[in-house]
Amino acid sequence: MKLALGPLLYYWPRQSTLAFYADMAEAPLDIVYLGETVCSRRHELRLPDWLEVADMLAAAGKEVVLSSQVLVESESDLKTLRRIIDNGRFRVEANDMGAVHLLSGGDSPARNWVAGPTLNIFNPATLGLFADLGATRWAAPPEMSRQQIAELRAGLGREMEVELFAHGRLPLAYSARCFTARHYNLQKDSCEFRCLEFADGIPLKTREGAPFLTLNGIQTQSAHVHTLLPDLPAVVADGLEILRISPQGEHTGQIIQLFRNAIDGLVPPLDALQDAIPLLPEAPCNGFWHGRPGVEQLVIH
Amino acid sequence: MTPARPIELVCPAGSLPALKTAVDHGADCVYLGFKDATNARNFSGLNFDDKAIAEGVRYAHQRGRKVLVALNTYPQAGNWKNWTTAVDRAAESGVDAIILADPGLMAYARKTHPALRLHLSVQGSATSYDAINFYHQHFGISRAVLPRVLSMAQVEQLIANTPVEIEVFGFGGLCVMVEGRCALSAYATGESPNCQGACSPGKHVRWEQTPKGMETRLNGILIDRFADGERAGYPTLCKGRFDVNGETYYAIEEPTSLNTLELLPELARIGVSAIKIEGRQRSPAYVAQVTQVWRAAIDRLQQGKAPFRIEPAWMADLNKVSEGQSHTLGAYYRPWK
Repeated sequence: MKLALGPLLYYWPRQSTLAFYADMAEAPLDIVYLGETVCSRRHELRLPDWLEVADMLAAAGKEVVLSSQVLVESESDLKTLRRIIDNGRFRVEANDMGAVHLLSGGDSPARNWVAGPTLNIFNPATLGLFADLGATRWAAPPEMSRQQIAELRAGLGREMEVELFAHGRLPLAYSARCFTARHYNLQKDSCEFRCLEFADGIPLKTREGAPFLTLNGIQTQSAHVHTLLPDLPAVVADGLEILRISPQGEHTGQIIQLFRNAIDGLVPPLDALQDAIPLLPEAPCNGFWHGRPGVEQLVIH
Repeated sequence: MTPARPIELVCPAGSLPALKTAVDHGADCVYLGFKDATNARNFSGLNFDDKAIAEGVRYAHQRGRKVLVALNTYPQAGNWKNWTTAVDRAAESGVDAIILADPGLMAYARKTHPALRLHLSVQGSATSYDAINFYHQHFGISRAVLPRVLSMAQVEQLIANTPVEIEVFGFGGLCVMVEGRCALSAYATGESPNCQGACSPGKHVRWEQTPKGMETRLNGILIDRFADGERAGYPTLCKGRFDVNGETYYAIEEPTSLNTLELLPELARIGVSAIKIEGRQRSPAYVAQVTQVWRAAIDRLQQGKAPFRIEPAWMADLNKVSEGQSHTLGAYYRPWK
């Protein structure tokens, strides 16, 4: 089973970002997704910088994939998208239908791209269609359950790599509005790049103080950290190929190591979960995997 | 400034009485759904069975209006047949178009009912011409409904680069999130607009009078608390008050409705083909009120004799039926973002 590092969903200062990926070159990862997927105003790293990071990681033996932005609004967003797709060296993860159109159309369609988790692929007919258009890997929507994924694969009738969102705060929603700017009574166009101050986003609690969501610019995440560490035996039994770990403000390297050790049988999964809990920015959850509300935590003994 | 083709007014019908009301008050098209998870307003007591659709189609067609059926949720492997059956039922009932989000289902509809007109639902999350042209190339969609995220200049740019007709939301409940890209309800309740056709579903809602005030909960999660005298709104989870860094406020969105009536001339100028009114879950009285105002406004614009002017009474009528009795221009107004 392969481990993938998802795209960095937060906005970190340039030096922190570069240092993070230098560390990741040494981590037991097989695949690294790179690029800005949340907000086009985030420019600490621009595409040429991401490509340099990509070269460094490829030289360290990682498979590098460039992830496209989820919410494409302006002509300038589309220009960036075209540059990513025409990069000429690395696979691309399509995160909206515009990216799919550009990857699969034209005179020389790409034959080897990743169908990202925000494409809303929920059934075999749709996934089969994307496979015909050149998708060779499917990152399942995080809200899909074990059973739904198994049924989709059974109905697909062909081999395709499947990747699960296995660890991290769940990316739940995207908006034209920036909730971080709104918190500071700023407009998005003059947001002062406040996201830079929050390595794990801004916690949102209910009026009785219960952690609920996380504000990350135009993206809303769960407060709780979705993790499939306790469910690894089921993941392995189902023969799923790739687990995606989403970067968090601190301890990402240790989380990756815990996954690797648990997959390799060096640590029992429930022990790995216990070791992981102090490293998480908030309590764990895994409801989606069990076909339940995502916020719930079910531990199978 | 008369547009080449009249803008179509597309109105919601949660029931047969609402459909007839919409037609009687000047809707060019009505849209509706079946009584199940195949559409994004899967609420009890709402929507159409085959008999009601047959009657609705007859009523609308006799008066030269169109009927659109929303089948705009995402089927799964285990329930795929429910959605293809729904496409077949819609085709057989003689409706004018179906509104879809799932590409697999579009392929099915195109193959099985080649003459049936396809619209891309707002749940398809297509926000660029490249995205919309994808659906046009592969499934021959005739129209796309835009998510409520683009500015006027962005909509204009999009229209200039696609052969597909563009429909935009004019009035009604406002999703602050990109439609089709929101799993907040799934996270809190296990049910989402994408798969179950419901956001913040009623069966998970609890209203509770406490010493601190009226509390509204969704699956146990406190969405808001109202002081005496405050009007307690339905706990749609993005429209609650939450605590962020010690400050309690509408952190995501206020309870408010979209109202773009004042932008109508601009929408016509840039080539928008149709205006959609949200609200299949609302009463026939709402449908009557909103349809009537928008009909009058579109007619005045289309006649083009005098400069377009909004009657104060129109805005007053629309505000009466707005969520929270207030309205916004949403993403058309940059500071909203």
